[in-house]
Amino acid sequence: MTSPRPISIETAGLSKAFGDHTVLDGIDLTVAAGTIFALLGPNGAGKTTTVNILSTLVHADGGTARVAGHDIDRDGSAVRAAIGVTGQFSAIDGLLTGQENLRLMADLHHLGRAEGRRQADALLQRFDLQDVAGKPAMTYSGGMKRKLDLAMTLMGAPEVIFLDEPTSGLDPRSRRGLWDIVRGLVADGVTIMLTTQYLDEADQLADRIAVLDNGRIVAEGTPAELKRRVPGGTIVLHLNDAAGLDAAARVFPDGTGDNDALTLSLSAGGDIPAIRSVLDRLERSAVTASHLEVTSPGLDDVFLALTGPGARKVAL
Amino acid sequence: MNTISLAVTDSSTMLRRNLLRMRRYPSMTLLLIGLPILFLLLFVYVFGGTLGAGLSGVAVGADSRAEYLTYVTPAILLMAAASAAQGTAISVAMDRTEGIFARFRTMAISPSSVLTGHVLGSVIQSLLAMGALLGVSVLLGFRPDASPLGWLALFCLLTFTAFALTWLCVAFGLVSESVETASNLPMFLVILPFLSSGFVPVDSMPAGLAWFAEHQPFTPIIETVRGLFTGNADTATALIAVGWCALIALVGYLWSRKLYRRDPTR
Repeated sequence: MTSPRPISIETAGLSKAFGDHTVLDGIDLTVAAGTIFALLGPNGAGKTTTVNILSTLVHADGGTARVAGHDIDRDGSAVRAAIGVTGQFSAIDGLLTGQENLRLMADLHHLGRAEGRRQADALLQRFDLQDVAGKPAMTYSGGMKRKLDLAMTLMGAPEVIFLDEPTSGLDPRSRRGLWDIVRGLVADGVTIMLTTQYLDEADQLADRIAVLDNGRIVAEGTPAELKRRVPGGTIVLHLNDAAGLDAAARVFPDGTGDNDALTLSLSAGGDIPAIRSVLDRLERSAVTASHLEVTSPGLDDVFLALTGPGARKVAL
Repeated sequence: MNTISLAVTDSSTMLRRNLLRMRRYPSMTLLLIGLPILFLLLFVYVFGGTLGAGLSGVAVGADSRAEYLTYVTPAILLMAAASAAQGTAISVAMDRTEGIFARFRTMAISPSSVLTGHVLGSVIQSLLAMGALLGVSVLLGFRPDASPLGWLALFCLLTFTAFALTWLCVAFGLVSESVETASNLPMFLVILPFLSSGFVPVDSMPAGLAWFAEHQPFTPIIETVRGLFTGNADTATALIAVGWCALIALVGYLWSRKLYRRDPTR
């Protein structure tokens, strides 16, 4: 897939092992500037290690990477000057107030006193933290800590932002709030690489998704492309009673029955011929279903099909 | 900005952060100031009468306590420096476990500034603790006999000692997996002054222990401090004291730098 946008993050054959344990096994990624790229994968897939390598925290064992035009090995300090990182663990100083945390960042970016104060106040306002600006950060709620953490990352206007599981541990309202903030950042032209194990998060935010499993990229594409890769959807039959469910289960031994909901789920694909075939078989065996529901494949199906034990490799 | 001015700017920013943290969490500083004072009172008023008499031959009483006050003050000063350094190990370990270290490491700042900020803050804390202790000691009747030059030398030696112990403790803070370990590792630094000439003369100890006390770093440092207070410091001992400080500072600094550059474990 070609893109007219300049490239912001580019890796080739990135690999890393801790002792005998291979964490990354040849990662090739290309992220266009001004887009959101999601690294999706189960725990231990290598998402955080990828972010740590690209943000110069950890050295790769092999491969090359350029971030914002700078080689991560040869020009680490130029990379650091161009990026902002919000890690999995809140990187705020709990003893300092929100305002002091932001001013500390401003000082470390050498913004000058007046400009630093102005930007700190602007960020407090943007993240709706003015009311707690004078309170020690350790008294903040989880959501407020995340917002402060992100605000600190934005100080100094980074070109590329890494967000490692930005919404883990947040309640649904805070999660949505954070999604809005992330969308707002990209609208300003920032490139974002985020890691997540939540499919809906990747689906909601990302322009492109790389599915990571056991240190390898098992699929990459837009959310729509990935969904297309998993064939078919699910046909759900709703039966009238338990006897009907039993009868239907005998006709479709592969189906997954739900005794409480009186439904039988068939992963037969959701296209017209598949539906027709299901209806034909029902009619031949004189089983009456009250109605039928077709669900198209979600990222859940993609995820389960591509990662973990028994994953199928999808040709790219 | 060149490397040096970047280091100075960022280190002073980090120092401001650490001073602010001390103000926000004053119980640590108060403990570091209060505990040595408590030790001084304990050693002078509980043990001092007898120990002072044993040291000088005067009769047990106010005079022997005054003798012991003069004798023990340098040792408690060093204990104050050691426990302030122990505090550094704790705060470095807290930073490391809280994730803010990782943030600093992904920023375009002078790499040494994070640790330098800790060290400078801790040295200031240490000087506060030693200053308060000296004040209390004078209130109790300690009358140092140092010349202005002697005071300057005292200030330099105590600052250098605090600096050296702090760098060593920064390394302890970085090498520890948890804050608890970081608090326990430097404990021996607080114990070591007991095994020196700080509390009783070395020649009163059994041979093996006396040999150890004679050759461990705290003895020449305490002897030099004691000598500077009375106005007759021995130059050779002072050089050994400064040498020990330089060695401890260098080892602590190089070890800390290596640990700081190491890949984070998570």
